[in-house]
Amino acid sequence: MTDTVALSPGQATAPARGSRARARTLLNGSMLGLVPFTAYIVLFLALPTVIALVTGFVDGDGAFTLDNIAALGDPVILSTFGNSLWLSALTAAVGAVLGALFCYALIGAKPTGILRSVVDAASGVLAQFGGVMLAFAFVATIGIQGMITIFLRDTVGIDIFANGVWLYEAPGLILPYIYFQVPLMIITFLPALEGLKPQWAEANAMLGGSGAGYWRYIGAPVLLPSFVGCLLLLFANAFSSFATAAALTSQGSQIVPLQIRGALTSETVLGRENLAGALALGMIVVMVVVMALYSLLMRRAARWQR
Amino acid sequence: MSAGSVHPGPSRVTRWLIVAVIGGLFLVPIVAMLEFTMRRGLEGGYDLSRWAAVFSTGLTGEYKPILTGLTNSLLLAVVTVAIMLVLLVPTMVLVRIRFPQLQRMLEFVCLLPITIPAIVLVVGLAPVYSVVARLFGSGVWPLAFAYGVIVLPYAYRAIQTNLQAVDVVTLSEAARTLGAGWPTILLRVVVPNIRRGLLAASFISVAVVLGEYTIAALLNRVNLQTALVIVSKADPFVSIIFAVLALVFAFVLLLAIGFIGARGPGPSSRRGPSARRRDASASRRGRIPTSSQKARA
Repeated sequence: MTDTVALSPGQATAPARGSRARARTLLNGSMLGLVPFTAYIVLFLALPTVIALVTGFVDGDGAFTLDNIAALGDPVILSTFGNSLWLSALTAAVGAVLGALFCYALIGAKPTGILRSVVDAASGVLAQFGGVMLAFAFVATIGIQGMITIFLRDTVGIDIFANGVWLYEAPGLILPYIYFQVPLMIITFLPALEGLKPQWAEANAMLGGSGAGYWRYIGAPVLLPSFVGCLLLLFANAFSSFATAAALTSQGSQIVPLQIRGALTSETVLGRENLAGALALGMIVVMVVVMALYSLLMRRAARWQR
Repeated sequence: MSAGSVHPGPSRVTRWLIVAVIGGLFLVPIVAMLEFTMRRGLEGGYDLSRWAAVFSTGLTGEYKPILTGLTNSLLLAVVTVAIMLVLLVPTMVLVRIRFPQLQRMLEFVCLLPITIPAIVLVVGLAPVYSVVARLFGSGVWPLAFAYGVIVLPYAYRAIQTNLQAVDVVTLSEAARTLGAGWPTILLRVVVPNIRRGLLAASFISVAVVLGEYTIAALLNRVNLQTALVIVSKADPFVSIIFAVLALVFAFVLLLAIGFIGARGPGPSSRRGPSARRRDASASRRGRIPTSSQKARA
């Protein structure tokens, strides 16, 4: 409708100016279109993140303090960070190796076939949806009355809890974490494997190379950055995971996210207010380092995938 | 893909051996959950009485929290998908058509929630939600504002792969030449072309929202997951039955995404090899793959 108005004889005398003005209004109009999303991001992503980081630097009265940050040096908190780090590193390494092996098995499977569809869906569920359910699954599997626990005790004669019930401690998180790490590895690593160019294999075969030689001299070097990148992503994934641990352990804070819960739900946990903010800061620092390395490696990996 | 026949991949036997061993190990906890729910009391043996009880008596009495949680989660899923569709999609289309220079920044912002653990977000969301509760009441649906942020990376990827395969700029210019306004371009030209991506983004958002625990638990709201944890303290059997049902539901949902991607309707199913290649390289550049992304292959 505005177009009809704009074409009225009076304005037709200055077409250039008119169209430029219209372009400007359109541009301004388009700028307005970005406002709702920007406002949303500022309110629900930027603001919470900033608040989380700032609360680490203020005390209960809102005055600036470094006490919370200093509290990160507390031996209890350091050991929690230590737990989180080794748990994430271990499960990332195991998950990456098992996941990569599984991806290798899927080479040549038809992308639209039943096997791939099922693996894709199952990986998605276990990697993104699991959380609380995984905790239940592992209580049913290796809990005190779990299927495997009973089987090992009654049939094989091994009591896995002979030295105390470790399922609700940090070591108990290893198996559930691996259970969601492997699917995530499959999701992230499979595209890299599919990026291997058939021409490379053809060239290798033409020059008399063997299958093992192909993987040794072509496959492995090309895939290495992707593999390490996925490893880092898995590490970040385990490091930030909360639901499984929270549903499994209702007491104690063996890993950082559980410690944040403790600090949030009872402000007086260690006599330091806003400790949650400082812990959040510590997590962010670890995550930023990991993700920066990750994007660096992905850029390297992309060289082979153009 | 022809790649499979050329690459020195595993032999048939090796492949099925690996799939069977790792797949088998991954089935153990699922089987254990089923076994656990079918155990009879002290006398031993198995039956389906607990499953029958859940389906016949319905979710009343002590199981009420699960019904409440399920209803809340479904409501949250609907509102989250609505927020995602109303806020993210027009912005992505607008950036693509008119502000290509903002593309990288939008991508960075959308993938950011991966880097910020939900538990960290909660620390900052607690004060924000005390304001939100004053504005909208302390009902459960405002939680969808936070969920809209955590589904962002997944939704962005799903829509972006589809959007890149469609020449939105030419289409919108053609529509403008024919006198279409912005809403018409968006709703009648762009949206039908990226239907597949929107559907996948919605599904993945539903799956993420139904599986969300961290934010709801720490902001003291009841959703499916927090309800399951509450009920598990009183009756582990029922919570495990619902965990199995939820896992199966999510599996079917993601399987559906896969099939939509593979052979669904929409213009993208007729895409040529070049579009697919563009798609693939785009997905490889991305930080987090979603299952929907792989479905495109």
